Amino acid sequence: MRSRRFAARARRALRREALLAPYPDLGLVAAAGPNDPEPELAVEDGRVTRLDGRAAEEFDVIDRFLVAYGLDLEVAAEAMALPDAELARRLVDVDVPRSELVRLARGLTPAKLARVVWLLDPVELMLALKKLRARRAPSNQAHVTNLKESPALLAADAAEAARRGFAEIETTVGVARYAPLNAIALLVGSQTGRPGVMTQCAVEERRNLELAIRGLVTYAETLSVYGTEPVFVDGDDTPWSKAFLGAAYASRGVKVRFTSGTGSEALMGHAQGCSMLYLEARCLALVRAAGSQGVQNGSISCVALVLAVPGGTRAILAENVLAAWLDLEVASGNDAIASHSEIRKAAKLMGQFLPGTDFVTSGYSVMPRRDNTFGGGNFDADDLDEWLTLQRDWQVDAGIEPLQEEEALRVRERAARAVQAVFAELGLPPVSDEEVAAAVAAYDSRDLPDRDRAADVQAADELLARGVTGLDVALALDRRGFPEVAEAVLGMQRQRVSADYLQTAAIIEPDGVVRSAVNDPNAYAGPGTGYRLEGERWRLLQALPHAVEAADLVELEPDEPPVVRELGEAKPGSSPAEVVVAVGPAFGQAITRTLSGLRHRDVLEALCEGVREAGGVPRLVRVRRVADVAFIGHEGARLSGSGVAVGLQSKGTAVIHRADLEPLDNLELFGMAPLYTLDSYRAMGRNAAGYALGRRVGPVPTELDNFARAKLIVQTTLLHAREARAVVPDAQTVELELAAVEAAPA
Amino acid sequence: MGFDPKRDYPLGTSRPDLVFTPGGLPLAEVTLDALRAGRLGGAEMRATAETLRRQAEVARAAGRAPLADNLERVAELAAVPDELLLAVYTALRPRRATAAELEGWAARLEGLGAARTAAFVREAAVAYAERGLLRRA
Repeated sequence: MRSRRFAARARRALRREALLAPYPDLGLVAAAGPNDPEPELAVEDGRVTRLDGRAAEEFDVIDRFLVAYGLDLEVAAEAMALPDAELARRLVDVDVPRSELVRLARGLTPAKLARVVWLLDPVELMLALKKLRARRAPSNQAHVTNLKESPALLAADAAEAARRGFAEIETTVGVARYAPLNAIALLVGSQTGRPGVMTQCAVEERRNLELAIRGLVTYAETLSVYGTEPVFVDGDDTPWSKAFLGAAYASRGVKVRFTSGTGSEALMGHAQGCSMLYLEARCLALVRAAGSQGVQNGSISCVALVLAVPGGTRAILAENVLAAWLDLEVASGNDAIASHSEIRKAAKLMGQFLPGTDFVTSGYSVMPRRDNTFGGGNFDADDLDEWLTLQRDWQVDAGIEPLQEEEALRVRERAARAVQAVFAELGLPPVSDEEVAAAVAAYDSRDLPDRDRAADVQAADELLARGVTGLDVALALDRRGFPEVAEAVLGMQRQRVSADYLQTAAIIEPDGVVRSAVNDPNAYAGPGTGYRLEGERWRLLQALPHAVEAADLVELEPDEPPVVRELGEAKPGSSPAEVVVAVGPAFGQAITRTLSGLRHRDVLEALCEGVREAGGVPRLVRVRRVADVAFIGHEGARLSGSGVAVGLQSKGTAVIHRADLEPLDNLELFGMAPLYTLDSYRAMGRNAAGYALGRRVGPVPTELDNFARAKLIVQTTLLHAREARAVVPDAQTVELELAAVEAAPA
Repeated sequence: MGFDPKRDYPLGTSRPDLVFTPGGLPLAEVTLDALRAGRLGGAEMRATAETLRRQAEVARAAGRAPLADNLERVAELAAVPDELLLAVYTALRPRRATAAELEGWAARLEGLGAARTAAFVREAAVAYAERGLLRRA
């Protein structure tokens, strides 16, 4: 036998991915693996003789690098002697400052780091991350790519990303030779959107260095490191080669961030039986030893593998904490697709989103993920409103700002025009007006005309051969009427000269001031301290373009003339067939439609028709002293000759009441106003007459929509506020008649 | 006024008077007008070794010794030609160079004033010899 519920769940998106029981021999265990070494550090005559289960003669190339550059032996004796639990406690103790924790970390071995951080539960990890982040305020990084490598679209997307507040923007290439063109489009677009945004073009090292030398890019995070020697060597690098490359980049004006992450060693088949978190601790110790200011970590491209093992999400958060503890800038992943399940993805994100990291994602896809040539797009253009709403819900700054559609279109057009001008001025294959127009409003690159890609790559080669630099781009912009973009591009060249962005966790403000862990450090020390989303920034992040102003809805004028006329005080009726239809204080006057958009006139007519169809005689009254549907209905019943009434609020909520019942009791309650049609109201009228005449009555069939409340609770609240405002305390109930129809609008 | 690594960061906005292009142009003169007048060259738009050494001092004063050490190597590399940078990087990759070749690159770097980087390459050579990461001669 097969459970249909199990079958339905098996069809959910989540079930497209595999879950794995731990398998430590292959490194498929999140943390605390059975083969992870005991933390160990032995020093003789100032020389490390044992490290995490290995004697000096067994040290691999990573151990040797750590021993040479990565351990502060002056701190090590003190730090290694501290019990794991004591260190763990200090990580979450708001009275132990970040600086003290960073000092101790310098003397801890990778096995000790991994073991201590794994003592923290998810909430403790978040607190530790909030405390240990290098820069005071979080920020975010964007991915900008497209399948057609359209320069107009790249520039427009980069401009929108910059305008939305991303501090860094990363692109790459489908065809390697495109690199200088994409780098130029990104530079021009980003500086059009907001001066100071840093850019990178992820390509092979030699090309990357070339782009850096030309001043076309300002950061790189392509320097991958691994936690075992065989994987490192398979990647054709060593700790020394990577550290040298990092220095070489920085000497050419590139802010360098290494990349590492749990799962890569297992994926590449050489985890040496160790857990993912332990191997990542080795990577991070190495990154620090190499003198990198920061790291992109959080599993990155292996995220789906780490999520396959128990505790994977927690391990990823733990590795972010480790990086921050080692005083590194953290760009915390959330870029590669983590899961098919939207719930699972969002839940994983919260680990970084709520505490805030230096870059909450290391690549938010500002275009639809179809155009993301990184294989990224965990969160993409279609998810932007969700992201912004989560920030608003939690009052958390995760680095993305809302943007009005008109402003998005304006800045996209300016950027596409600017790159068109630069291409023309530099003699590159032209960007047509058609491309510009398409790029401004595009959903994705399918909306863009095809370019002559052979001509583009040839022009890219020639561009490099001519020695074109960032200055040429600035000059081209200036000559073609984009002085403000020229100034911003020149500003980025100026930043290269002062090199301030080489410090830890640096980003550049629009006014050219560099903000890093040096001049804007995180000083969180408990509630009320550190970065808090408040004031102007909080007002900005809550003002989503589609948010409605409550005042506008409350003050909304009715769109038609009054539907009913008041005839004076209502007296008790005497006819046993009489059914009173009692409406609320604002009905048919201040409010003329129900929540579902039905006109009040039509609702009243349907109710009265229903009453008549079943042999009753309808009478209309207005209750003015209360707005609650139960009391409206009960007051109507008290006046009704039959003792039965229909109570009706302006928003459409209704009740069938009888005079002998308690006010909050009823015969039938119709509380889901958005779901009712005119037929529903007619049926209510019939049933009310049935009760009045003592017939057997089956309840009015109603539909169930559990989302109606979520969808309409705001409108419900505002409509009810208007009804409540129309209440006149102690006022008599009045007799009503339908007003004559005067050319009522449709 | 002298340079105070604890107070003068960011150099570009706090102490522009200390920042010059490799050709000696003060940072304040890197302007659109200078660009229009042809006074700026593409090769000029990078940090000097002196500026990078100051950044190393800033990092050290902020308690970041490995970053400071790295920035000192970075300062040395400012004067190293692009092709040599790429050649040394290639030589440092696994099994690309013999011990003698690595020593040769270290000597070249030393000759360009990059003593720290030269030492770094020599340390690599020792580790590579022990881990079989040298090219067999």
